[in-house]
Amino acid sequence: MVKKKASPDKDRCVACGVCALQCPRKAINIYRGCYAVVELEKCVGCGICSKACPANAITINEINQEVANG
Amino acid sequence: MAKNKVKRHWYEYLWIWSIVYFALGFFNILFAWLGMIDFILPLIFAIVGGNKWFCNHMCGRGQLFWVLGRNMKCSRGKAAPAWLSSKWFRYGFLIFFLTMFGTMVFQTYLVFSGAGTLRKAIKLFWTFKVPWQWAYNGSLFPDWVAQFGFGFYSLMLTSTLIGLIVMVLYKERTWCTFCPMGTMTQGICKLKNNDK
Ligand code: SF4
Ligand code: SF4
Ligand code: SF4
Repeated sequence: MVKKKASPDKDRCVACGVCALQCPRKAINIYRGCYAVVELEKCVGCGICSKACPANAITINEINQEVANG
Repeated sequence: MAKNKVKRHWYEYLWIWSIVYFALGFFNILFAWLGMIDFILPLIFAIVGGNKWFCNHMCGRGQLFWVLGRNMKCSRGKAAPAWLSSKWFRYGFLIFFLTMFGTMVFQTYLVFSGAGTLRKAIKLFWTFKVPWQWAYNGSLFPDWVAQFGFGFYSLMLTSTLIGLIVMVLYKERTWCTFCPMGTMTQGICKLKNNDK
């Protein structure tokens, strides 16, 4: 099944944490002050984080659920 | 929408502090020293904890941009040009900022050593002098303490104004993409992570 998921770009992320504060599902963590990481199981692909991100580092991609869950 | 039960923490209201700070410094420049908290705390979090908890949860300035930009709709919410959050601009701005900080400390030293005299003015955007003499009428501290206050307040006010401008033009917290403290703390965290 294809689902929408947030995917932050490690290289562009400034680790400000705005996305994590805004995510209604608490799906984002700032990994050791370096970059944002999304827990794919929690993410519903709403795009709120992407709209809030000042660095425009988050894209919402359609990904294959089977692959995502590994 | 706003009524969903989210637990509120005291540190979510620190945006109020960032307004109070400028008000206090307007009446007495010695209060400018309190801004050092916003310099030292994020560094302690980054150096000791290896995280950006300060930026992520308790920076009053970042919160202020969000409150004004999103809640009060003062931001266009448009994507900023990519170069504004590019590595060369971020580190370039950090170096510029630190140089200016160094200049400010040197001016304080001149007053300390007696080679310079206290100037009761603040400087906006490192260029425009604004008289601020009402904010200081002498104290039991030596003059250099007040000189640092004027210099530091100038730095804080200038950076907040830049932040407000990019908040209006672009996304709410665009300032955070090139904020010197943000760049520095992320840099420290990245260095710490490579060590492991
Ligand atoms: S897309 Fe929505 S649910 Fe997914 S991380 Fe972003 S804000 Fe959270
Ligand atoms: S809002 Fe954007 S820049 Fe900030 S932590 Fe999230 S992904 Fe990174
Ligand atoms: S990047 Fe700067 S303004 Fe933004 S949260 Fe961090 S210290 Fe505050």
